[in-house]
Amino acid sequence: MTDRGGAVAAATGAEALSTELPVGRPTSWWGMVMFVATEATLFACLLGSYFYLRFQYGPQWPPPGIEDPKLLKPLVMTAILLPSSLPVMWAEHGIRHGQRWRLNLGMAATFVMGTSFLVLQGTEYDEKLHMFTLTSNAYGSLFFVITGFHGLHVLVGLSMIGWLLVASLRGGSFGAHRHDRVRNVAIYWHFVDTVWVAILFTIYLSPRL
Amino acid sequence: MSTTTSTAGGIDRDDLARLAEHWDEPRSLRAWFTTVDHKKIGRRYLVTAGFFFALAGLSALVMRTQLARPEAGVLSPDEYNQLFTMHGTAMIFLFATPMLFGFGNFLVPLMIGSRDMAFPRLNAFGYWVFLFAGLFMWASLPFGAAPNNGWFAYAPLNQEQHNPGLHMDVYALGLLFLGISTTSGAINFIVTALKLRAPGMSLNRVPLFVWAIVATAFMVVFALPALNADNAMLFLDRRFGTHFFDPGGGGNVLLWQHLFWIFGHPDVYIIVMPGLGIVSAVLPAFTRRGVVGYPLIVLAIVAISIVSFGVWVHHMFATGLPQLSYSFFSAASTIITIPSGIQIFAWLATMLLGRLVLRTPLLFVIGFIVTFVLGGFTGAMFALTPFDQQVTDSYFVVAHFHYVLLGGALFPILAGIYYWLPKITGRMYHEGLARWAFWLFFIGMHVTFFPMHLIGLFGMPRRVYTYRGGLGWDVGNLISTIGAYLLAVSLLLTLIGVVHAVRRGRPAPADPWEGDTLEWSAASPPEPYNFPVIPRVHSLHPTWDERTAESTTTGATEDRILSEGRRTLFTSELDARSERAAEMPEPSFKPLVLAGALLVFFISMLLAWYPIAIAAVVTVAATLAAWLWPVRRPDEELGVAS
Ligand code: HEM
Ligand SMILES: [Cu+2]
Repeated sequence: MTDRGGAVAAATGAEALSTELPVGRPTSWWGMVMFVATEATLFACLLGSYFYLRFQYGPQWPPPGIEDPKLLKPLVMTAILLPSSLPVMWAEHGIRHGQRWRLNLGMAATFVMGTSFLVLQGTEYDEKLHMFTLTSNAYGSLFFVITGFHGLHVLVGLSMIGWLLVASLRGGSFGAHRHDRVRNVAIYWHFVDTVWVAILFTIYLSPRL
Repeated sequence: MSTTTSTAGGIDRDDLARLAEHWDEPRSLRAWFTTVDHKKIGRRYLVTAGFFFALAGLSALVMRTQLARPEAGVLSPDEYNQLFTMHGTAMIFLFATPMLFGFGNFLVPLMIGSRDMAFPRLNAFGYWVFLFAGLFMWASLPFGAAPNNGWFAYAPLNQEQHNPGLHMDVYALGLLFLGISTTSGAINFIVTALKLRAPGMSLNRVPLFVWAIVATAFMVVFALPALNADNAMLFLDRRFGTHFFDPGGGGNVLLWQHLFWIFGHPDVYIIVMPGLGIVSAVLPAFTRRGVVGYPLIVLAIVAISIVSFGVWVHHMFATGLPQLSYSFFSAASTIITIPSGIQIFAWLATMLLGRLVLRTPLLFVIGFIVTFVLGGFTGAMFALTPFDQQVTDSYFVVAHFHYVLLGGALFPILAGIYYWLPKITGRMYHEGLARWAFWLFFIGMHVTFFPMHLIGLFGMPRRVYTYRGGLGWDVGNLISTIGAYLLAVSLLLTLIGVVHAVRRGRPAPADPWEGDTLEWSAASPPEPYNFPVIPRVHSLHPTWDERTAESTTTGATEDRILSEGRRTLFTSELDARSERAAEMPEPSFKPLVLAGALLVFFISMLLAWYPIAIAAVVTVAATLAAWLWPVRRPDEELGVAS
């Protein structure tokens, strides 16, 4: 504000000092953060609905005929999904230094981990479907809709990662000066991970409290 | 217009020619479908929302005709249900918010001195989705399959077993579809206002209208998910047999109401807030001074957008919730009147301290204040739980929310139409005709809705397709219907006024009102690139300010002309310091294709053509992948190490 004509800013502003690197937070970063914020609110509404229905339902939850959820498999799933953010971070740092191999390797690792998560979720569904389905009662509806909606997000995240990987392998896509898309996919993936923790707590742990 | 004057300074004819070359769009069919220009998109939002308003208004007129006298036979009960539901749903979702987003689209980049929105293609996409979602919902009416459960669609009446047919599927899917547009638009506004402001426009120099739009956008980001979750569960319940709202299966009908009003109360402010922003934008030009108490108004805007999330239960005082929660929400509902009051007093002070120029936009602003305050008055009555329980679901409520909505949204929208028409079309409107429209509107409004208070207190319930004579409701209803016809005439006059201006109006100068914000520094209508030179902003009223004007003439510098390519300037979020010039996207078919694929998806979900729905999803994914596919660049430019 002290800089009247903009002359000082023109000479010393970030752009003049570094003509190469993108300066400031890019618009796409803000766009992704806002998108994640609205998505997170959506999950909050779903989980809030879970607790609302649960406490309105009565003393026994899950409803009679359904056992408390088993914990082993979801904990294994957690142990796979949560660390899958690490290779993404590693890849992102790599591409910031122009190391494309790190981008490719990191994304590939996360892709494998995310896919394993989905496969495990498939077997988990297979087990649960013997006990209850989407239409059995409100508990079944909540269980399958919430975990299914999250699974869908994992699938979308995996598509993004696969898409990044293809673009990167084609060449000419990302480097130290162009990695907005990598960063945005990373934000989305971290979000998908974090939401899983909330779901683990709500669906699997809270009935045992 | 402004181009000829600005050639004198730092910008020359070559720059102008280059700018025109990079930004102009040919007048072709292709350009019509591919445009990403925020001004064209904004205009389309306004026209399309106006069209949906006409449909919703005609529905209201038919309803009022039916209710003019007891036991009339214009409509069957079933038709009446569909009409009032479509009227309410369309007014709220397809008219008020998109109309105000239309103003926002046209004006925000101009007011902050930018050349477009942050995401121009997303903007085009948002428009197409809005158009398609609106058509999707209205198209159900001729088939007799329109939503019929009231605009808030309470459970259990929204369930398949109580309400068979497609009615509520149209509602759930239509609003989910529309939500995509509203959310993307909101995110676009936030990012635009954060990153694309002209250098020097620090947060304390952002026009109040932009503040209002951004606060609205934040409310959309955090409120709309509740509605989306609600509608997704509704559709699953109806179509795929889940039990969220079905007590028989362990669900709960009140879940619908909670989620709906967690969205719905902020939505009242989502509708009204940009309207208040229009008022703050119009006043300076017609009082010849800045709005009094700028920081207070900004604080009020922020406070409203936060507190509005804490009051939803006041819509549910008649549902038998714990007493303590009534007290809490009653208090919160009372508190939220304070920031609204602050704004009203600030405007009154502005008018008292300023020199009034009584043109039509100002008339509508005054009409707004009168009507809105009356609506707020009855609103404060509802905050008293016993009174609320007495009049809930009566015509008193209908009267109240029409005072708030017509006052808070329609009056400002009409003020905005007259105020910015010269900027949008480049033509002046006919003042005499406009005054007739105002007075008819003002009188028609009160003749229609004031009697509703009384017939409501006399016990007439809302949402009834007819009533028996001799209950003391006959006269009130007849007067109300006469008022509705007056309203129709006045709105017709406004339409004629707009068409007349576009066809015959005298050409408008760049700044016919001597307004204070930056849109009045651009030509009327603005060039495709908005500003030949992006201004450097030195005050809250840049168009009244010599130094800002100078920055676009003799003080123009290369970093704000940016004529090499289709570029605009990014600045820092808080202080608006120059960061870098950014390349803006070219016109593209992809937004239309993506929206079209979504339309196919929603239609096939509605009609249970699931294989087609899957094909549509694949198309959506492929279009997105192509849309965001990175351009191939040489390694040196990318900065690759090995
Ligand atoms: C322009 C003149 C208007 C007239 C003559 C009019 C008239 C009516 C009538 C007769 C009803 C039905 C009452 C009932 O049977 O319960 C109604 C309901 C409603 N109106 Fe309007 N209205 C107008 C404008 C608006 C506007 C501008 C909005 C919002 C921005 C709006 C929002 C609503 C809503 C939300 C409902 C409730 C629908 C429901 O019960 O589900 N109206 N209006
Ligand atoms: Cu409310």
